[in-house]
Amino acid sequence: MAGLALPARLKPASVWTLYAVGLLPGLYAFYLGIFGGLGADPVRAFEHLLGLWALRFLCLGLAVTPLRDLLGINLISYRRALGLLAFYYVLAHFTVYLTLDRGLIISSILGDIAKRPYIMLGMAGLLMLIPLAATSNRWSIRRLGQNWNRLHKLVYAIAAVAVLHYALSLKAVTAEPAFYIAVVTVLLAYRLVRPKVTEWKRGRRNAPAGGSARPSV
Amino acid sequence: AAALSASPSRYVLTEKPTTKEDATTYNNFYEFGTGKSDPVANSGSFTTRPWSVEVGGLVAKPQIIDIETILKDFAMEERVYRMRCVEAWSMVIPWIGFPLSALLDRVEPLGSAKYVAFETVVRPEEMPGQSGLFQPLPWPYVDGLRLDEARHPLTILATGLYGETLPNQNGAPLRLVVPWKYGFKGIKSIVRITLTEKEPPCSWNIAAPSEYGFYANVNPAVDHPRWSQASERRIGEAEGLFGGARIATLPFNGYADEVASLYAGMDLAKSF
Repeated sequence: MAGLALPARLKPASVWTLYAVGLLPGLYAFYLGIFGGLGADPVRAFEHLLGLWALRFLCLGLAVTPLRDLLGINLISYRRALGLLAFYYVLAHFTVYLTLDRGLIISSILGDIAKRPYIMLGMAGLLMLIPLAATSNRWSIRRLGQNWNRLHKLVYAIAAVAVLHYALSLKAVTAEPAFYIAVVTVLLAYRLVRPKVTEWKRGRRNAPAGGSARPSV
Repeated sequence: AAALSASPSRYVLTEKPTTKEDATTYNNFYEFGTGKSDPVANSGSFTTRPWSVEVGGLVAKPQIIDIETILKDFAMEERVYRMRCVEAWSMVIPWIGFPLSALLDRVEPLGSAKYVAFETVVRPEEMPGQSGLFQPLPWPYVDGLRLDEARHPLTILATGLYGETLPNQNGAPLRLVVPWKYGFKGIKSIVRITLTEKEPPCSWNIAAPSEYGFYANVNPAVDHPRWSQASERRIGEAEGLFGGARIATLPFNGYADEVASLYAGMDLAKSF
């Protein structure tokens, strides 16, 4: 697949650029927060912004496969960075919650986790992300083989709890959460129809020579 | 906003007031959008003159009162109150207003009147939150008080803050302020006040009855399913991200001495 593919020698640089650009929104919000640029309740604004960027990177990571299947755009070499960016934002979101928001008052934090479904969902998402982040290196991929694929299917559950965590944390579902619910639903639903899509594509590729058939590599 | 004069009152907190900037740019007024800065951004063209309030229901003298008449006839006082949002943040706001009881006296509630119902204006052409696909609440926004709560000297109808008439985003030209209740009880841009025999509906209670009760008294012992109510973040306390430690939330938002007796014998965990 050609698509947007860069020359191989530029790949590592472009991945590092993605990490740098991906962390910018969080760093910029931190900078604004320090200098009073996040409005009247900067802690809440910062905490929510970090959470939202985590969700955005999760969605982008989940979009890699459908983009390749359906549009022939291959971004697979950026998927690990997208997933890790999501993880970093979740960690930052959680850290701000523990420190700046709850002030490290353990009783209040434990009470929060035990009583509030949206906090439980958020915690579940964080816990599930940890093994994925920990196995996001080449060594683990080689070592785990097929189990690596199985393990990383957890990201579907993570995306689901993440978007629910977001929607349930709000007083009313407005356009923005509705948008993310729709995006995650489409991205996850695609996984259900994907076997059909690949079957259909294979069928087309193997069809007897028509004008448009391309030689398979 | 125009200057609005008021006489001092005995209800003045010694706590430092929130800055006018914060109190007028960080608002919940869903008729103008659900973001905290939506009300200030979207309420610029909201017209508050002419404005009248229809006061009726179980009263001897129902009447439609013009806002200018209200400003002229009722003695405005400055009240510096704590404002505690159900979302666990708080402010200290110097309101200008007059006791709701003064207005009630004027219309002479009948003996059968037990509650006071309030209603916000519906004007989708000026209030973007009242039109479009995702409307957070059914309109009009409605809320209510028991008559004794409405008559309590702390309960005011506010016409201003920080020495000026109410900015649109804070509920111009007339809003309710009940300092011992969560902020959402402070219904804004009021067009109708009705004395009733039955408990009136409340918008948030209709939207999520398990989360928002009729009373909505500030109560650190009764958690909201989404937020612990034991503590709060005072807006403006931190210069930026750091230094804004949470402060303990007080029963009845610190007004227990004045109002706890209204609820004697009630289970406030049930009637939340």
